Amino acid sequence: MWLFLLVPAAIEIGLVFWPALNSFYLSLTKWNGLGAPEQVGLDNYRDLFSDDVFREALGNNVIWAVGFGGLSVAGGLALAVALNKPRRGVGIYRSAIYLPMVFSLAVTGLFWRVQYQPDGTVNTLLGAVGLESLERQWLADPKTALYAVLVAAVWRQVGYVMVLYLAGLKGTDPSLDDASAVDGAGPWQRFWYVTWPQLRGVNTVVFAVTVIDSLRTFDIVWAMTQGGPYHSSELLSTYMFQQGFTFLNLGYASAVAVVIFALAILFIITYLVRTLKEEVA
Amino acid sequence: MSTAARKGWLFHAVMAPLTLLWVAPMVFVVLISIRSFDDIAGRGTAALPDSFTLDGFRTAFGEGSMGRALWTSVQVTVPAVLLSLLLSSMAAFALSRYAIPGRRAILLVMLAGNLLPPQILLIPVSRITESLGIYDTLAGLIAIHVGFGLGFYTFVLHGFMRSIPSEVTEAARIDGAGPFSVYARIIMPLCRPSLAALGALATTWIFNDLIWSITVLRTQAKFPVTAALLNLQGGYVSNWNVVAAASIMAAVPTAIVFFAFQRHFVSGLLMGSTK
Repeated sequence: MWLFLLVPAAIEIGLVFWPALNSFYLSLTKWNGLGAPEQVGLDNYRDLFSDDVFREALGNNVIWAVGFGGLSVAGGLALAVALNKPRRGVGIYRSAIYLPMVFSLAVTGLFWRVQYQPDGTVNTLLGAVGLESLERQWLADPKTALYAVLVAAVWRQVGYVMVLYLAGLKGTDPSLDDASAVDGAGPWQRFWYVTWPQLRGVNTVVFAVTVIDSLRTFDIVWAMTQGGPYHSSELLSTYMFQQGFTFLNLGYASAVAVVIFALAILFIITYLVRTLKEEVA
Repeated sequence: MSTAARKGWLFHAVMAPLTLLWVAPMVFVVLISIRSFDDIAGRGTAALPDSFTLDGFRTAFGEGSMGRALWTSVQVTVPAVLLSLLLSSMAAFALSRYAIPGRRAILLVMLAGNLLPPQILLIPVSRITESLGIYDTLAGLIAIHVGFGLGFYTFVLHGFMRSIPSEVTEAARIDGAGPFSVYARIIMPLCRPSLAALGALATTWIFNDLIWSITVLRTQAKFPVTAALLNLQGGYVSNWNVVAAASIMAAVPTAIVFFAFQRHFVSGLLMGSTK
């Protein structure tokens, strides 16, 4: 019976926890993959502080977490509330909104690359409504590249957040809503004072999951811009990958990975604490 | 018009255009994939089709090696999903049916492993697969998919197995059934719905993966779909019909899984969050 647990646990330790520990060690070295890693103490971290690209990636990651989280929660929640009550057409609307979620981030990236072409749908649409002045090369312009990728990522994420909130809404008590309606509360008041507090559990999960996802985000940026132009859409994950696998600065890349881990761990713990509470309950 | 009717009308007046806007990117990609190169070059990617050809698909499938990549993805996804479910159900069985000391801590640590940012694993994993001799092999890719996913699958299955009353297994044990036959004959059949849900979810995750593929594999001929798609994009710059066709080919399998298992799929997504 111990074998049942030991085999999977050994695999996870060997392929997840042991490598993770290794990254901490490597982040204290200088290594190009050949020969032995050279111990350099905290040099990599010191270099990170004065590395402009790293700082830009960190800033972009903050923008990304806020934009990606904010927009997908706002959109997902609004749609969940709108599509919560069964009525004609709701099934079709729901399916259409969460269909993008099944595509890989790379596919999503390519779908949107097509739209962002100079003669693509986005520019054509802007031209059609008389906003020619806004037309641009969305992915080639350092001012817009990050946001253009963000829109694509949100497009895919909204469906997922909607599913989570739909489940959360199912768990709310409809009699409370009815009672406050009888007492004369308007729809906004009912949402803010009656429904929203009951969604606290879902909110914690959505918050933690979104931040963890933001820090992991890699595929869609890699598919659309590879972090460019001029690092304007660089995130920590893409910078780490470039340093590690393009330039073979394995020690330095590990230091970036450790920073990503350090930022994520708080939210991982939030998620686990909430999970633990549910387990006990 | 009554208030209710007006409300219903307003609902559709907002939702219908929004939904159209939502699916528009997909529609345009499909339209581009069936247009000819000359049509796209001459009239732009946003124009409505003036031509119909499956050349894009033909090129993507053959020359663009999407056909081969799809088959590679099947070879990776099927064993990885089956192994993940097997191993995680074993762990979940032990943790939910036996008084293992510290089992809650074990469970949470396993789940935590799945929440780690993959970036912290990439470099050591590529080194470890190298030293095990499975770098640049599909076996190596399968191994890391299984290892990384285990924690989450174990956690979800544990939640489900715990809800199976202990009388069910006690009775079998009294009849002399060993742990293995309790697991195989009683628990696993009862877990079928959650195994299906997790299976659907795991299939899309593994099929859609990019970062592990480009970390563990070097030979482009061995790339699964997502990695091959990005390669193709580099090779067919401005051949938008080929790129669109290839991305549709990469998207269709997961869309099929989604529609075939829609209910399972949605419940699978929720298992990680509300359980």
